[in-house]
Amino acid sequence: MTDTKETIAARIRDAARHKTALQLLGGNTKAFYGRSIQATPLCLADYSGVVEYEPSELYITARCGTPLTAIEQIIGEENQMLPFEPPHFGTTATLGGAIAAGLAGPGRVSSGTVRDSMLGAEIINGKGEYLCFGGKVMKNVAGYDVSRLMCGALGTLGVLMSVTLRLLPKPQCEQTVVIAEAPVDAIHKMNAWALTPMPITATFHDGKSLYVRLTGSSSTIEKCQDEIGGERIEQSELFWIRVREQTHEAFASDAPLWRIQVPPSTDPLDITGPCAMEWNGALRWHATHTDASTIREVTRQAGGQACQFRGPAIEHVFNPLPSALLKIHQRLKHAFDPEGILNPGKMYPQF
Amino acid sequence: MRASLSELTKRFHQVLPEDAVLVKHEQLAPYECDGLTAYRQVPRVALLPATSEQVRAAVALCRELELPIVARGAGTSLSGGALPHPEGVLLNFARLNRVLEIDPQNRTATVEPGVRNLAISEAARPYGLYYAPDPSSQIACTIGGNIAENSGGIHCLKYGLTVHNIQALKVLTTDGEILELGGKHLESPGFDLLALMNGSEGMLGVVLQATVKLLPQPHARKVLLAAFSDVRDAGNAVAAIISHGIIPAGLEMMDHFTIQATEQYCSPGYPKDAAAILICELDGYEEELANQTERARQLLEQHQATQVRLASNEQEAEVLWQGRKAAFPALGNLTPDYYCMDGTIPRKHLAEVLEEIYALSGKFGLRVANVFHAGDGNLHPLILYDANEQGQLEKAEEFGSEILQLCVRMGGTITGEHGVGVEKLNQMCVQFNSKELQTFYAIKSAFDEHGLLNPGKAIPTLHRCAEFGAMHVHEGKLPHADLPRF
Repeated sequence: MTDTKETIAARIRDAARHKTALQLLGGNTKAFYGRSIQATPLCLADYSGVVEYEPSELYITARCGTPLTAIEQIIGEENQMLPFEPPHFGTTATLGGAIAAGLAGPGRVSSGTVRDSMLGAEIINGKGEYLCFGGKVMKNVAGYDVSRLMCGALGTLGVLMSVTLRLLPKPQCEQTVVIAEAPVDAIHKMNAWALTPMPITATFHDGKSLYVRLTGSSSTIEKCQDEIGGERIEQSELFWIRVREQTHEAFASDAPLWRIQVPPSTDPLDITGPCAMEWNGALRWHATHTDASTIREVTRQAGGQACQFRGPAIEHVFNPLPSALLKIHQRLKHAFDPEGILNPGKMYPQF
Repeated sequence: MRASLSELTKRFHQVLPEDAVLVKHEQLAPYECDGLTAYRQVPRVALLPATSEQVRAAVALCRELELPIVARGAGTSLSGGALPHPEGVLLNFARLNRVLEIDPQNRTATVEPGVRNLAISEAARPYGLYYAPDPSSQIACTIGGNIAENSGGIHCLKYGLTVHNIQALKVLTTDGEILELGGKHLESPGFDLLALMNGSEGMLGVVLQATVKLLPQPHARKVLLAAFSDVRDAGNAVAAIISHGIIPAGLEMMDHFTIQATEQYCSPGYPKDAAAILICELDGYEEELANQTERARQLLEQHQATQVRLASNEQEAEVLWQGRKAAFPALGNLTPDYYCMDGTIPRKHLAEVLEEIYALSGKFGLRVANVFHAGDGNLHPLILYDANEQGQLEKAEEFGSEILQLCVRMGGTITGEHGVGVEKLNQMCVQFNSKELQTFYAIKSAFDEHGLLNPGKAIPTLHRCAEFGAMHVHEGKLPHADLPRF
């Protein structure tokens, strides 16, 4: 580690003085996500290392340049995991990048998303000021929840220096069963099971078949499988990594990939092209050449949101914000980054 | 110019029904304090809107007349979050108490802010669903208040706080804008303002409607009682259970003094000679439960529990919990007044912090009882005092302040679930520096430019911190030495 928080803060102060826009870079694995921007790179991968890990306390504090693989290995040795199962999208993925992107993996419906595990964050704002929010404990209501606000902000509010995350024990056993099921029936089944206390921790539908991950003791899994039916697959853990990293064949299409969020029980959306589903139907991946406005209209009618996850540059990667919300966003951006130098335009063209 | 009371009455009557505008002292008196009774203040006006439109109209008028607004649910806050402003309006949500929709397909409930916490679970019960966060005041407290405070409860160890269980909010700003945050889908683009609203103590916006996540009711539960002859062993047992991959639905500790008081009050059958007891509740899928219960029992025994008792049926489980739930009233029986603290610390420091609290008890000459959420390190030391005795309240507050500073020193926080309110403003100066506080001010003004919502709560002014800092010198250094002194 050659960078220190002082050197990074000095670079940000310098950029603020000269109004030089900065592009925050961790492992450069998720640059495709959000709007594409041109700015001076601020490399953060060098600020790395675990600061504190207390297995019995179920938390880890690490610098944000730490590779995700390193974090997962260290906590894996203690049989613990990051509850939100973040996608890596490349071997160099960093902790900070995962937090800033705010993307959760297959276990989202059972153990929450990135912000649900966020306990505390140390950041440098756009003025080059070093600030600490939150802490190491699960319950903390002192001051506004700035550390959660950083999750998914795409680096537009501050540079994440280190974070403290809640961890979960890994389940005793995990098994995955597969059932051939049409999309509409799969949606129906996933949402019916979600009304029961069965320990289903992930679901995935690839267009033809429904995959269900069960965790717990082996007797629990057996009993649930009796209820659910289907066949067990080999190498359950690897299967879910392929879903998470989108190396599963359901993501093979070259068409732009849309990440669509709808109420989970929503019927299949009228969008051409292949569709994969996660999170009991709440997350739909559509590979399609359909134009953005049509997709947004279909999802709006379903009560949802559409984001162009991968594809050619477009003006609005995320659903445009209503004017009242946009105003609050711009004011918050100004509060954290008055010169507008941190990843400007990464999320919305207006800031 | 400050409007006269008759002028205010006239203006509010133009937008609200007559019985929704209260101005007489005897009508305002019920609102003079919340659960933190040491602070009292009547508002100028109290309003009882019955619809979102009436709330909008009332807030617009407050904006025009520049009247501070304090929102109030059931008034159960333990930190003075709903303490009225002397120049302002108290916005009471008691009439906005409708459950608007239960959606079993998407497992959500949409409710008005004045709906009681428990009423949501009652409405969801026919579908086999419930709302998980269960603050101890759940029969009375409202969802609007829960959101303001990011309330926890006994079962939040496993099921999360309010922030983890809110899917959507409709929020009114003092600009008169309505912000739609979240939805029945899981995530929305932009900043996570939904998370920011939780725990913001009514400082950022007025919640008009909330959509909460519903969970399937667990198959079954098991409740274990373990007794220890040393507080240290009990603390270590807590850490061991969690680190062995068991996440109990609840894991509570009571110390010797609390056990005595509770036994005297309602005889739940706790071992009277124990230095501490743990109540451990496990729930979930039936098969899984037997396995986990056995592992928890073994861990408790390995950590020198002098006895471990498993409730053999639902009735016995209820009796074990009754004692825990009666602990506060039981202690209240022994003292004219008590002061309930809410610090949170990393679990590994439990025993050490408890010992230091007992030492402080000796120093201040005030008794202290500990009954708390051990699983998440959330302490609730109760300081027993008599407000009628000269100087005791001040002494109790100073004792409490030292406990909170101890929590911060141990890597914890000054408030786990009760909020800052008016009560812990000084301790905020210990936890945050002036740059961090300035960030909070900027967030506040991004939502509430004119500072009308709950002024004076939750975030201290730099001036106040400078004054507090001047009284508390740490390691020979003044905090905020760079600040001007007034």
